[in-house]
Amino acid sequence: MAQLTHRTSSLLKPLSFALSSTRHLSSTTPITVETSLPFTGHNIEPPSRSVETTPQELIKFFRDMALMRRMEIASDSLYKAKLIRGFCHLYDGQEAVAVGMESAITRKDCIITAYRDHCLFLGRGGTLVEAFAELMGRKEGCSKGKGGSMHFYKKEGGFYGGHGIVGAQVPLGCGLAFAQKYSKDENVTFAMYGDGAANQGQLFEALNMAALWDLPAILVCENNHYGMGTAEWRAAKSPAYYKRGDYVPGLKVDGMDAFAVKQACKFAKEHALKNGPIILEMDTYRYHGHSMSDPGSTYRTRDEISGVRQERDPVERIRKLVLAHDLATEKELKDTEKEIRKEVDDAIAKAKESPLPDPSELFTNIYVKGYGVESYGADRKELRAVLP
Amino acid sequence: MAAMLHSVGVTSASVTSNKFTAFSINSLPVIRSESRTVSFAINGTRKTGKVTTKAVATQAENPTSAASKPGHELLLFEALREGLEEEMDRDPRVCVFGEDVGHYGGSYKVTKGLADKYGDLRVLDTPIAENSFTGMAVGAAMTGLRPIVEGMNMGFLLLAFNQISDNCGMLHYTSGGQFTIPTVIRGPGGVGRQLGAEHSQRLESYFQSIPGIQMVACSTPYNAKGLMKAAIRSENPVVLFEHVLLYNLKERIPDEEYILSLEEAEMVRPGEHVTILTYSRMRYHVMQAAKTLVNKGYDPEVIDIRSLKPFDLYTIGNSVKKTHRVLIVEECMRTGGIGASLTASINENFHDYLDAPIVCLSSQDVPTPYAGTLEEWTVVQPSQIVTAVEQLCKQ
Repeated sequence: MAQLTHRTSSLLKPLSFALSSTRHLSSTTPITVETSLPFTGHNIEPPSRSVETTPQELIKFFRDMALMRRMEIASDSLYKAKLIRGFCHLYDGQEAVAVGMESAITRKDCIITAYRDHCLFLGRGGTLVEAFAELMGRKEGCSKGKGGSMHFYKKEGGFYGGHGIVGAQVPLGCGLAFAQKYSKDENVTFAMYGDGAANQGQLFEALNMAALWDLPAILVCENNHYGMGTAEWRAAKSPAYYKRGDYVPGLKVDGMDAFAVKQACKFAKEHALKNGPIILEMDTYRYHGHSMSDPGSTYRTRDEISGVRQERDPVERIRKLVLAHDLATEKELKDTEKEIRKEVDDAIAKAKESPLPDPSELFTNIYVKGYGVESYGADRKELRAVLP
Repeated sequence: MAAMLHSVGVTSASVTSNKFTAFSINSLPVIRSESRTVSFAINGTRKTGKVTTKAVATQAENPTSAASKPGHELLLFEALREGLEEEMDRDPRVCVFGEDVGHYGGSYKVTKGLADKYGDLRVLDTPIAENSFTGMAVGAAMTGLRPIVEGMNMGFLLLAFNQISDNCGMLHYTSGGQFTIPTVIRGPGGVGRQLGAEHSQRLESYFQSIPGIQMVACSTPYNAKGLMKAAIRSENPVVLFEHVLLYNLKERIPDEEYILSLEEAEMVRPGEHVTILTYSRMRYHVMQAAKTLVNKGYDPEVIDIRSLKPFDLYTIGNSVKKTHRVLIVEECMRTGGIGASLTASINENFHDYLDAPIVCLSSQDVPTPYAGTLEEWTVVQPSQIVTAVEQLCKQ
């Protein structure tokens, strides 16, 4: 029998099809969810607000986002305990972007982002142990402890980092898209950047080239409204980042709604494969400061932060959806969260035990297998130099 | 192997400085921009004769050259193009990014005809956006393509410095070895013929401390082609420095395929008295000074270091152990240039073998002026080299 459960929240308008009263946790019955806000398009017809999903996906979203949230909060404590040093940029509040994007694409598509990369790394197939070990500078980290918080990479998962210099990853992203077009392999690249990086010149240079050559590049602006301590209206004359592409179409998306993100990314992928680049602006928010050395409260009020947490929190939204569709009880969700907490604690313990890199690792991976290339003269005698 | 300076107006025939120093320079042998060719012998036979009307490729007893076939003659930019074309034929992942490299054929004709042959995507005409197209090349390299980035003039690559240093040089390390960046970044640099300050830059010194890249400088058609091929095949990012004034050098190179080592220096002229280390265009100034020195009875050993990062301390060291005196002649700036690093390197490693302090002749620490005479005075001239050797050998 059809059950239409109405929740008090005006954000949700669940339309569920026939669901029996027992919960199908792994069923693939399609469910249609409405995004919280309509999409706004620039030079393009926005996609519809109705998103197809399944109970399996809903539970997965909840689990993945809760895991990411837990990981970031654990990193916060580790940083305060001085196990993580240097810069640590946390992603809690923005998990919906990572999870929604991941559900719309394959591992063959490429993602490249800036330094707020822990959760995207997880989404691309990175493990918790690799992440924590890298944060603590251990050998088992994804970059062997030599990269740190800002340099997570996963080649097999199509995750290209992890870059410290603001905006420099966008031309790299267009290069990835160029390589995809060169090899004709029908995949796309998501080049992510923030509202602060949106004012970088190299972004517009790269966008021009991507549009000129119809590269399958999707530029995703994760607009959390603050470029470190500077609010977006103080840094940009036009904070409508999805419109800044001018000749490149853009879409503004509610970045706290994982289904909106999923729909937008699916739409963008289809568009990019046919017509070239598109800009997605994800309207999102970060609860922590810019990094662990920034309290995050000098340039915004605590009320604002708690307001967003109450009204727009991405994990809460999915929790409410799960409960609304009767896919799990409150208790089951709480148990899942406890499991996740344990998982994260175990990973941290394992990472803490992992050894620091060997001193000889200082000199590995600077050049690929030593130097140069096998050389020969015209008479095929090898001329390789022997260095002291 | 004989190299001939084919003067077509843009050669290093800028030795005609009349009021240079207190010396009377008027008596110096002048290589004017007329249709005279001068032959140097790279190895073996020392030809002190100045002018030969008909240039013949002499087969010196150079063990690395092709002793069987005479080869074919071409200019340096053609040698670069040949190397590039051979590599593009061999590996479909090799592509070229740069301004005006495609339809225009390259501002120095290095990529002429390649866009017609390989298409617009492989020989890509970029807009004037060095920062981002160098970044794009790095991104493409991360997936396995092998892009060659051409800076129309090396000085323009300063705009891409962040991409070259952080992404090109460091990605292999910060990703723990997951990504290799097999890019080649090349372009003409150096002091040309009154091109002005911003178009006469020498970037070797700026890039030399970037960890993770290799730097090489070519100086003859033979090594230009060999180094180009080696750079393309290398898995490391390589910066290949060419020189604006050397593009029209003519030489006979072998028909067979050859690749030179990226880390090896070239022995231009063996000798006994003093080691002269040089690279790129200054090699020709040194060889010219060498002729004068030989007339005066000195026997300089000239080494073209070719590999600017890392230095080929093996060849250099063997030479220092033989001659015990070192003179470095470079076109880089005095402060923090390649010569400064090389001096430090040799001092550290071979201090015991030196009979005299290392002398380093570099360009003056000034922006290159436009006026011809002033421009000549910023770079090292053969007469200064001769004086320096004389003083060095007196000690």
